[in-house]
Amino acid sequence: MIGIIDYGAGNLFSVKNALDFLELKNIITSSAEEIRNVDQLILPGVGAFPDAMRMLERSGLTETIVEEAGKKPMLGICLGMQMLFEYSNEFEIVKGLGLIPGEVSRITAPGLKIPHMGWSDVKVENECQLSAGIEKGHRFYFVHSYKVVTEKQYVSLYADYGDYIPGLVFKDNIFGTQFHPEKSGEIGLKLLQNFGGLK
Amino acid sequence: MLAKRIIPCLDVQDGKVVKGINFIGIKEVGDPVECAIEYDKQGADEIVFLDITATHEGRGTMLDVVSRTAKNVFVPLTVGGGIRTADDFRELLLAGADKVSVNSAAIRNPAIISEAASRFGNQCVVVAIDGKKTAPDKYNVFVNGGRIDTGLDVVQWAMEAEKLGAGEILLTSMDADGTKQGFDLDMLNAVCAVVNIPVIASGGCGQLTHFTEMFQKTSADAALAASIFHYGELTVNQVKLELSQNSLPVRLL
Repeated sequence: MIGIIDYGAGNLFSVKNALDFLELKNIITSSAEEIRNVDQLILPGVGAFPDAMRMLERSGLTETIVEEAGKKPMLGICLGMQMLFEYSNEFEIVKGLGLIPGEVSRITAPGLKIPHMGWSDVKVENECQLSAGIEKGHRFYFVHSYKVVTEKQYVSLYADYGDYIPGLVFKDNIFGTQFHPEKSGEIGLKLLQNFGGLK
Repeated sequence: MLAKRIIPCLDVQDGKVVKGINFIGIKEVGDPVECAIEYDKQGADEIVFLDITATHEGRGTMLDVVSRTAKNVFVPLTVGGGIRTADDFRELLLAGADKVSVNSAAIRNPAIISEAASRFGNQCVVVAIDGKKTAPDKYNVFVNGGRIDTGLDVVQWAMEAEKLGAGEILLTSMDADGTKQGFDLDMLNAVCAVVNIPVIASGGCGQLTHFTEMFQKTSADAALAASIFHYGELTVNQVKLELSQNSLPVRLL
């Protein structure tokens, strides 16, 4: 059972639709007890980092998520991925969950449009459990103005958008995608399928 | 590098696709959900539903169409037609749309752009502009299917829309639309030159080379087409293969 964490922000239903389509059992939850009981966790998120972190704090789930992150596979999507890192400087310096070393800052891509929106091809930095079956050149759907800055050892897939854009990050069994696997067609579903199979 | 997007558009009325469909293997001809699934299989990068329903009951049907599509198609979904308020955005986004396009309501009340952008994010606000040449190098914004000239200048309006928070411009040429003679490259270039948000080209494509020509001669990010795909003259994948052969970046299946 995959728990999709509901803290008031994020496109929960798109993720749920994709998991349902893949016949991966899932539940949208805002209960600490359920978060402890499920087998895997997904942290979605859209919008601005400070608002989302505040909403997460207000939900009272932060501590439980950090505790459970080491025990079961976890996947942050888009802003949910950025929240896995130490802090962000979107508008103001705000602390994140600190599960993966690194920070979040604005994309610097001179001459290119911001947000980075659309289908970008990825390259492989490191293989990880979620990247199985995904190759250089596969395209994923991105929509974001901020990126993660982290050491390459935590990057599995990245996009080159006039800037180094980590697309899939990992540390132990904690994963994050900057792109939206639930909107990236078949290859995105493949990644979610990989996640659903993790123990 | 970002792929140039190919976006099929489906006109929907009371929950049914309006124009004829020649898809092979579709169970219920005219069901927008089945058509969207087919386009997804062909490699559509995004799907647009244009709701041309006039009645209130029909609007509810559209929400159902969107929600059923979102359960079966996993590429971005845009819905337009008859959007009047930011709450209309909310309903469609909750039903499963990723973006909502607004046309005449934004002309009547430009604040709808900023309100929707601040509530739901710029990325989901698409401003649709129907432009028509009124003098040399001069394009005006038209409404009511090209019948009414608003007097607004297309280039000025596109800039204004971006400033108000639009995440994307869907630019339809009322001169080229239906002609199958190719996209209106001049109007596209005029708009692409002044905005820093993605521009979707619409209207006029009748053959493969029109797509290549448009992407080679303008900086538009995407092409939207309806009838050429509806009637099975071309598949989305054929268009992408053609673009790819001409060294344009596309998402191939």
